[in-house]
Amino acid sequence: MTMLIIVLLPFLAIFPVWMVGRRNRFISMLVAAATSASALVALATLAPAVMSGEVLTSSWPWIERLGLELAFRVDGLALLFGILILGIGTLVIVYAYFYLHDDDPIGSFYAMLMTFMGAMMGVVMSENVLLLVMFWELTSISSFLLIGYWKHLPAARQGARMALGITGGGGLALLAGMLLIGHIVGSYDLTTILASNELILGHDLYFVALVLVLLGAFTKSAQFPFHFWLPNAMSAPTPVSSYLHSATMVKAGVFLLARMHPALSGSSSWFVLVTGAGTITLCFAAYVALFKHDLKGLLAYSTISHLGLITACFGFSTKLATTAGVFHIMNHAIFKASLFMSAGIIDHETGTRDARVLSGLRHSMPITFGLATLATLAMAGFPLFSGFLSKEMFFEVAFLSMDNPLAGEIRGYEWLFPVLATFGGLCSMAYSFRLIGDVFFGEENPDLPKHPHDPPAGLWAPVAILVFFCVAIGVAPFLFQGFVFVVAQAVIGGPAPDYKIAIWHGLTPALGMTGVAVVGGALLYRNWRSIHSFHTRFAPISGKVIFEAFVEAAVASARRLTAWFDNGSMQRYIATTIGFATFVGFLGWYQLGWTPGTLDLTLAPPVALIPWGVLIAATALTIRFHRKRLAAVVMMSVVGLIVSLIFIFFSGPDLGLTQLSVEVVTILLILLSLYVLPQWTPRESTPRRRGRDAILSCAAGLGVGALAYGVMTRPQQTISDFYLEKSVPEGGGSNVVNVILVDFRGFDTMGEIAVLMVAAIGIVVMLQGRRPVRPNDVRPLIEERFPVMLTTTTRPMMALILVIAFYIFMRGHNLPGGGFIAGLVASVALIIQFLASGKTWTNKRLTVDFARMGALGVIIAVCTGLAAFLFEKPFLKGGLAHVHVPGIGEIHLASAMSFDLGVFMVVVGALLIIIKRLSEYHGGDDDEVESMKDRR
Amino acid sequence: MINYQILLASSIGVLVAAGIYLMLRARTFPVVLGLAMLGYAVNLFLFGMGRLEIGTPPIIQDGVTSYVDPLPQALVLTAIVIGFGMTAFAVTLAVKGFVISGNDHIDGEIPRTESGGDTE
Repeated sequence: MTMLIIVLLPFLAIFPVWMVGRRNRFISMLVAAATSASALVALATLAPAVMSGEVLTSSWPWIERLGLELAFRVDGLALLFGILILGIGTLVIVYAYFYLHDDDPIGSFYAMLMTFMGAMMGVVMSENVLLLVMFWELTSISSFLLIGYWKHLPAARQGARMALGITGGGGLALLAGMLLIGHIVGSYDLTTILASNELILGHDLYFVALVLVLLGAFTKSAQFPFHFWLPNAMSAPTPVSSYLHSATMVKAGVFLLARMHPALSGSSSWFVLVTGAGTITLCFAAYVALFKHDLKGLLAYSTISHLGLITACFGFSTKLATTAGVFHIMNHAIFKASLFMSAGIIDHETGTRDARVLSGLRHSMPITFGLATLATLAMAGFPLFSGFLSKEMFFEVAFLSMDNPLAGEIRGYEWLFPVLATFGGLCSMAYSFRLIGDVFFGEENPDLPKHPHDPPAGLWAPVAILVFFCVAIGVAPFLFQGFVFVVAQAVIGGPAPDYKIAIWHGLTPALGMTGVAVVGGALLYRNWRSIHSFHTRFAPISGKVIFEAFVEAAVASARRLTAWFDNGSMQRYIATTIGFATFVGFLGWYQLGWTPGTLDLTLAPPVALIPWGVLIAATALTIRFHRKRLAAVVMMSVVGLIVSLIFIFFSGPDLGLTQLSVEVVTILLILLSLYVLPQWTPRESTPRRRGRDAILSCAAGLGVGALAYGVMTRPQQTISDFYLEKSVPEGGGSNVVNVILVDFRGFDTMGEIAVLMVAAIGIVVMLQGRRPVRPNDVRPLIEERFPVMLTTTTRPMMALILVIAFYIFMRGHNLPGGGFIAGLVASVALIIQFLASGKTWTNKRLTVDFARMGALGVIIAVCTGLAAFLFEKPFLKGGLAHVHVPGIGEIHLASAMSFDLGVFMVVVGALLIIIKRLSEYHGGDDDEVESMKDRR
Repeated sequence: MINYQILLASSIGVLVAAGIYLMLRARTFPVVLGLAMLGYAVNLFLFGMGRLEIGTPPIIQDGVTSYVDPLPQALVLTAIVIGFGMTAFAVTLAVKGFVISGNDHIDGEIPRTESGGDTE
């Protein structure tokens, strides 16, 4: 449980710090800091068990089908990272409070930081590798948000995009890699995977999985050639650079190498790829750092270089090498975080980070000078500082790797490792000298943007705490040895090496390499100017330029592709969609063949040809006259009538009734639209276009028809026996269709009536605002508005029809009918009045608010469903009672009836709103028409 | 030899073809008609999935053991009503589009490249 709390705590704090941050910056900071501090305390309670060698795990099921569990583990490695993330996190939170400007929205800053912190804790504590990948991507996203925190700066937006592009892409590769590993091992549990080294190494997919996982690690840890996003991420506020882009997030990549080390290492591909990438990055970045003028840029390349060193350690893969790797993770996080904070202080107090401008700050900023110098010495790897110890170990393993049995393809070149390691150390020494020498020594520059002085304690105190650890580890390494070895055990997957972390090991090759690095670094710094002018002769190859060019090319080609098929023509979209669907349909037949089924055909008497012929003819005439819109509508209404006859004939009385009444309303609606729309369609398609459309639609029609025939002539397997059996005993009605609608599948029906209501609301909203200026030209053609015959017959008819609707409603549970049909019939009765007597007359008499009626219907339906809870039954579970009412007979009082009432009200409400609004839309009213008629 | 299966299947096919042809026209009104036409076809198609039975409506009666499959009917019943909602929405869209843009081309403007133009 503690583990879940540790991971969840930062996430829980997101919302509070965000809300509070708007009103009170200080409390927001306190909440954030208290959260990470308490998570740290919670983690500390697990530390004793971990230090005694235990691996703590606990899990909760999540999505079992995917193999995804909410499973966490705390071992040495997770403990180290947890302490770094939460410890440095707390310091950064305090530092950021003093660093950020009052105008910067600090609440959202802390909210993003807490998201990141939680995601990072998730990465390091995941026991399930899919969970790990999920948190991994979350770190990419929160890093993206934090880099772009100052969203008004173009560089920030660009840097954020680049970081997300590279690390997010790497995350996808990692996901694929983890899926492959899960496939190989048969489990996504880390414990199982870590114990399956031989199985994984022997599998055919090992190399692919390895490369994918390494892509994830290398992009995250900014290894060459994916390094360039990190310097561009420096446009983030300095607390972010310090926390994410030196101490923690970029360490997620090396964390992954360490985490997967027991499972994936031990092959020469691992050795060559990981060591190779690490060594190249180490040297290349150290060299580039030498010539960076921006302090944060220098530190960024230095970070890349040190990450290369750690990567190389895990690549060497010996016990001592991995111990050096985890030890350096710890040391680097501490000294680099403090250095970034120092750079932030200098920027904050002088207004610049340019090493060419800064000079002689040791007098005006003595505290910063002292702290930064100590941290730099740790970075350079001077004796008595933490960096010295891990760097010595690295030099030693680089030297020892000259006879590594896994060298594989690079056998014969192993001598390069100590040489390159020394070169990297030498450059590192030189840029460290430059950092201190240029910024703090020399003459003080009087033209700085701000007058420099030491910052408030809130800014330097976090640095001081970190620097204390740099020195403490460096002076008294034996205090930390036990911890480092516990961490190393988790990475080695076995006992720690027989080694003692000490300042003095005698005259070893490593000491000699350090000596060369110190002397060479000093010489390099002395001659920095001449070397710099030599360096600037070469045109810089910027990864950023290549990346941006790549992104632009991708965007341009996507745009071309989009423009090719998304040209704004609806006709083209419809044709493409239907064409493709038809093609896929026929492809299936092309491969499998089409045969009619074996079911006995139902022979039809010749008289059946009459409705069939009418249907075909009406359809053909609709097409033939589709430009004369009124005629087309009339033809189409014939089609609708035949369709309802078909329903009735083939045992679907409910459908027939529904289709018939819907048909009336639909045709009316379409006629109403012709009040506004033009009366005819211009002939504008070319014969070729018409031919193409005809071929396409005939192909689709042939396909659907053949499909229908194929299915209808095959025996049926149905799930409906259940409904037929249970309809009477459980649904309390003998009309199975209605029982399905209001009981068995009542939830679906509730969705349907909601959709109908939404359509009605959409129509109401759409018809607000601008109206047609002038009624369409048909109006004057109508001589007799309201024929006397129609008017006088429909008024009494209405009462009759409403009674019929009531009857249909009541009997619907047992005989054809029900809420839908009754609603439609009632609507037709009312709509006919608009038709026959005009809307002014009808509106005066029909004062029901149909919008309210429809809404009430939805509410009744929902409440009926909820009422089932009162009887401790699931939502919409029906109850029933049969009551004998004298004079009427037996009626059922099922809860389904109240649901059906809701359906009825929605149908009536929605239909009448739609028809009324559309009929009112053309502007003017009947009286106006009357007066127009009089004038004529 | 005439049978109901071929009659219904051919009707569905013709309705689909007509519906799609109308949907491919350039003006909103035929597209609405096409949608409605396709709606008929789809409802009949779904209905046909329950196979064709004559005189066996799914109303439970004593002594009757054979009923048509009620499930496709329940589906189609709601489909008809929803289909009306969709047609109504499309019609309103066409009306509003015409009022706003001053023409009833489905793209909201009459492309100049079309031969024939806006005249009959």
